[in-house]
Amino acid sequence: MADAPTLTRGLAPDTSPAPEQPVIDLGGIRKVYSSGTIEFEALHSISLEIHPGEYVAVMGPSGSGKSTLMNILGCLDVATAGRYLLAGEDVSDMDEDELADVRNRRIGFVFQQFNLLPAMSALRNVELPLSYGAVPREERRRRAQEALERVGLGDRLENRPNQMSGGQQQRVAVARALVTDPALVLADEPTGNLDSTSTADVLRLFDELHAQGRTVVLITHEAEVAHHAQRVINIRDGSVASDGQTGGVR
Amino acid sequence: MTWADILANSWDAIRSHKMRSALTSLGILIGIAAVVLTVGLGQGAQNKVSGQLSALGGNLLIVSPGSSTTGGVRGGFGSASTLTMSDAQALSSSVAAPDIGGVAPILQSNSKELDNGATNWTTTVVGTTQPWLSVRGRTLSSGRFITAADESSAAAVTVLASDTATQLFGPVDPVGQNVTINGTPYQVVGVLTSAGSDSTTNLDDQAIVPFSTASQRIVGGSSRTSVQTIYVKAASPSKLSAAYQETSTILANRHALTSSSTTDFTITTQQSVLSTTSSVDSTLTTLLMGVAALALLVGGIGVMNIMLVSVKERTREIGLRKALGGTPTTIRRQFLSEASILGLTGGLLGVASGVGGALILPHFISNPITISVPWVLISIAVAIAIGVGFGVYPAARAARLSPIDALRSE
Repeated sequence: MADAPTLTRGLAPDTSPAPEQPVIDLGGIRKVYSSGTIEFEALHSISLEIHPGEYVAVMGPSGSGKSTLMNILGCLDVATAGRYLLAGEDVSDMDEDELADVRNRRIGFVFQQFNLLPAMSALRNVELPLSYGAVPREERRRRAQEALERVGLGDRLENRPNQMSGGQQQRVAVARALVTDPALVLADEPTGNLDSTSTADVLRLFDELHAQGRTVVLITHEAEVAHHAQRVINIRDGSVASDGQTGGVR
Repeated sequence: MTWADILANSWDAIRSHKMRSALTSLGILIGIAAVVLTVGLGQGAQNKVSGQLSALGGNLLIVSPGSSTTGGVRGGFGSASTLTMSDAQALSSSVAAPDIGGVAPILQSNSKELDNGATNWTTTVVGTTQPWLSVRGRTLSSGRFITAADESSAAAVTVLASDTATQLFGPVDPVGQNVTINGTPYQVVGVLTSAGSDSTTNLDDQAIVPFSTASQRIVGGSSRTSVQTIYVKAASPSKLSAAYQETSTILANRHALTSSSTTDFTITTQQSVLSTTSSVDSTLTTLLMGVAALALLVGGIGVMNIMLVSVKERTREIGLRKALGGTPTTIRRQFLSEASILGLTGGLLGVASGVGGALILPHFISNPITISVPWVLISIAVAIAIGVGFGVYPAARAARLSPIDALRSE
């Protein structure tokens, strides 16, 4: 299966023109929330680069600004100031529709709550990002099926989320993140709702993605989870407190 | 995202909340069914009225002698009739009265005894001419009607109405038999098809004879050219008022009348009798339509309410769709199409219930219900419009949600 050319193309990361170009290039990112007269700066001038194939854990206690950072990285929110190049594309000044398009093409999300649509089968859930990307129906179906096979759920295509365990649901969510062949897989506390067996299961999946050369950014507060990553960025009070290689498990 | 995908998504969402979707559509269903039924009732009533009109001889003008204020107290035939056979002939002229399609003078007896051997029956004997059949919109079930030849020879022939024929001859076809009136035998030449009754008379109980026969042999005692009533039929329904004018002018000229105060005849129309019924029906229809419109409004607000609840409940889904690449436009379209599907489903089921009701109800109430295809189509359009109209606001709210807040919501 893994040596089929279509499958390889579908799952190999698209590192775009220059391989040296960072997937994420943040320069002086600031985020200020204001309500009425009170202003709160959640991020103070964050600059960092994440290169293709890196497996990065972003850590920090709640209130540190790591969620704000994750929203900006995921193009769900825009920075108040600073530069953000995602796979070479400047997303700092994009409007809502352009951001939606960038999210669709460049980013695969994995959420803590899985966020699968209960009315749809696993296959249709995985097809969803492709349908927003206007991929033709047959191709959509084929790619969704491949992604599900890739996460080991080739036999659960027609199952609904409520017919699957938490671990299986999260694997469907990972398949959904991979199906668009994004430049970046962005996981927000992906194991926060899972028992230890399922956690190990899902983390193994991320390790495999990394081994295949995917760029993975994982937001977590669990050191155990972060330990799987190659590089850990600690956020404290809206700034990068530390940024270093861990060696990881692989 | 293509419209096909949007519709597929909407359909999934509707299916996954079956009970709620059904109840939402029910509001529209009731409204549309009410519209279809009330319009059907109104149309049925109108058809009934126009049906009565044509049963009475459509497009009919009735010319009576004397003024209407004294007509009721004047004596019987012969005392004061101002209408003559010549008047009837003048009205028949296609040159002077192009909008008149037919003229039938009437000379009617008091009740006469008709005998068939030992069997007798008392009924009205009506003298008239050949055009009567078409003027009164009647048909024959057997035999022939009075002819011009019968008229000129004052022949002793008669055409019996259906009830009269049954009373005298039973189930046997009386054509060719004789009945005796005033001691004279009359040959039965035809039998009229049953026509029911109008408000005052049983149309199926009378004996028709040639006008000349009635004036010379049955009624008698008066100028042989005197006429009790002249039925005038307009050439078509739209020419009724032109026919009215022509009748009025010709008679006024012939009677040398100079002002309306000296008018010695009255023209009435069947329309004037039935317009009262019509206007009562249309008032009732308007009232019912108002109720139906209210039902539709309530149904529409129901759709809006459910869609708003749905937006609130599905905030996280909206957030997810946005994260995966859904633009505000596609989100808005999805909620709009959900509302439209609910509206359309309710509308179609409403039309089905309305038509079903229209088929069943007439067995329990006396009013006929006519289903009007244009109104059915309008109802479906209205149902979709309600879905879209009341879906706009919830859809706009869903599209405006920020993806982060939406994803965070519990």
